[in-house]
Amino acid sequence: MTARKISELRLEGVSRGFGGRLALDGLDVTIKGGEFVALLGPSGCGKSTALNCVAGLLPLTAGRIWLDDARIDTLPPEKRGFGMVFQNYALFPHMTVRANIGFGLRMRKTPAAEMRTRVDEALRLVQLADLADRLPGQLSGGQQQRVAIARAVVLEPPLVLMDEPLSNLDAALRLEMRTEIRRLHQTLGLTTIYVTHDQEEALSLADRLVVLRDGVLQQAGTPEQVYTEPANRFVASFMGYRNALELPVTGGEGRMVRLEDGGGLTLTGVRRGEVGGAGATAVACVRPEDFTVGDGPNPVAAAVEVVEYHGRESAALVRADGGVALHVRTSARLAPGDRVTLSVPPERVLVFAP
Amino acid sequence: MTAPSVEGVALRHRLAERGLDRTLLLLLPAAVFVAGLFLYPFLYGLQLSFQPQDGGGVFANYAEFFRDGYLRDTIATTLWLGVPAALGNVAASVPLAYRMRGRFRGKRLLTTVLVVPITLGTVLTAEGLLTFLGPTGWFNRVLLGLGLVDEPVRLTHNYWGVLFSLIITGFPFAFLLTLSYLTGIDPSLESAAATLGAGWWQRFRFVTFPLLVPGLAITFCLSFVLAFSVFPSAILVGEPSGGTRVISIAAYHAAFEEYDYSMGSAIAMIMGVVELLVIALVLGWRATLYRGSTGGKG
Repeated sequence: MTARKISELRLEGVSRGFGGRLALDGLDVTIKGGEFVALLGPSGCGKSTALNCVAGLLPLTAGRIWLDDARIDTLPPEKRGFGMVFQNYALFPHMTVRANIGFGLRMRKTPAAEMRTRVDEALRLVQLADLADRLPGQLSGGQQQRVAIARAVVLEPPLVLMDEPLSNLDAALRLEMRTEIRRLHQTLGLTTIYVTHDQEEALSLADRLVVLRDGVLQQAGTPEQVYTEPANRFVASFMGYRNALELPVTGGEGRMVRLEDGGGLTLTGVRRGEVGGAGATAVACVRPEDFTVGDGPNPVAAAVEVVEYHGRESAALVRADGGVALHVRTSARLAPGDRVTLSVPPERVLVFAP
Repeated sequence: MTAPSVEGVALRHRLAERGLDRTLLLLLPAAVFVAGLFLYPFLYGLQLSFQPQDGGGVFANYAEFFRDGYLRDTIATTLWLGVPAALGNVAASVPLAYRMRGRFRGKRLLTTVLVVPITLGTVLTAEGLLTFLGPTGWFNRVLLGLGLVDEPVRLTHNYWGVLFSLIITGFPFAFLLTLSYLTGIDPSLESAAATLGAGWWQRFRFVTFPLLVPGLAITFCLSFVLAFSVFPSAILVGEPSGGTRVISIAAYHAAFEEYDYSMGSAIAMIMGVVELLVIALVLGWRATLYRGSTGGKG
């Protein structure tokens, strides 16, 4: 299968309001042909709204969408020709797997012989050839998901839209389908927009991430950029910086900033964006796994409160002597009540404006 | 008090596994109700119908019904009213319910207006029809005034009056049932069909309608049963001694004007059998359709 190649999909100030509230506020994103882009954010951030706007299922309140040189936001969904995979799969329950996959081709009045070969090819692609005559109700969740994907890609659409396609599957199946989706993208090279709230899913699948919050774009970049250089404290907390400590600034030089809680906790970290000088407040973000138990830079004296066993590591909630709670992941064996000293390298502490 | 024996406990568990336990007693009031108010009168009427007043054997009443054209033809007359009325109601309810699935301003008001005829009762509807569609009613006066007809169109005291009355009173049932079946169909199915290139007619034709048809079959059956037992409107806006002499009029005539309860019961039984035949036909056809999940919350 070869897809109709596009060179880019451009969203210009795309906004969508619901009852006076903007669920999506002026989104500007350009997606290049063949790219796999993940729209990432917590529920209610506008990512599904953005996807439905691109699909044509929701009219825009403001803005434009361009597919190469054609303006498409005024077209109804059936004229856009994009493939879409829904969160609940939305398979037609009264049609067989074959009829479901062939539905789009049938709407395009494809000759029967061509339709048969293309559906067969799509069935092979998702490894469902022997279930072609079943009804969706007779399939497992993972199989239904494969049918939904086959139904979307059989049309060789210029753009594939996926709305949290893995969120209804159990953990093991989710990992398997994730690999499957990645493999499909590598084989077919279809330009894909993938909506998810799971940052691990987004990091592992996408060529580029677009992080949204309350309908506003927070950061767009490669998974590595977003993971290692989050643009603000929100993106940081979404990317695993579980400790966000709001503390007074007491000094610093160059790109380093020093924060103190007045109770013995002193953290030196890297300045990110506009951070005020001494007297201002800033937020220090640290990943639980960046703490080490033992003496080192940025030492923190603390007591262990709660320990969760996670196999190779354990996650602990510890309280610094000044009263600040910290999340820590470590392979050291900790027990509630233990006195520990934690340390973290200054370059692993990101300091943002509050 | 002695502890229950081991065997007693085991027996109770085995019975409970087959669904036999003390909560079954909760069914008792309903069972008594059904037996007293439906089963007994039905069986009484059935045996009564086999005891003809004028003798002539067990089946004399039934033989008489099918021999006498005046009686026999009431089946066709009633079907000729009931089937089109039920079909008309179902057909009219589909586009309206389809438009009204979603949320929009004024939906509640519109639903109320559509459902109000239920509360009016047949007599009020009949009276309205007589004044509105009668020879000197507004409808005919408008037609005459516009010069579209030379003499009033006869729409009351005949077949049409009864059919209109049945459609007006039966429509709300059909509409409410169809609306609830439609809202049970997952709206994302139509969205999916749209992204696959289906226009609104194709979405309805290939996705929504096939999922709705089993519900429409049930709606048809209920509408048909309501229409088939038509009695007041057949008298009030119909032609009870001629064109709209429906089967319930025949039963009433036999039982309460000729005081032949046995014949009246026989006609009522025949009426029931005809209804069951039509319903069996429709449900038999429905059994050949897809009847599984429609993905919605319904």
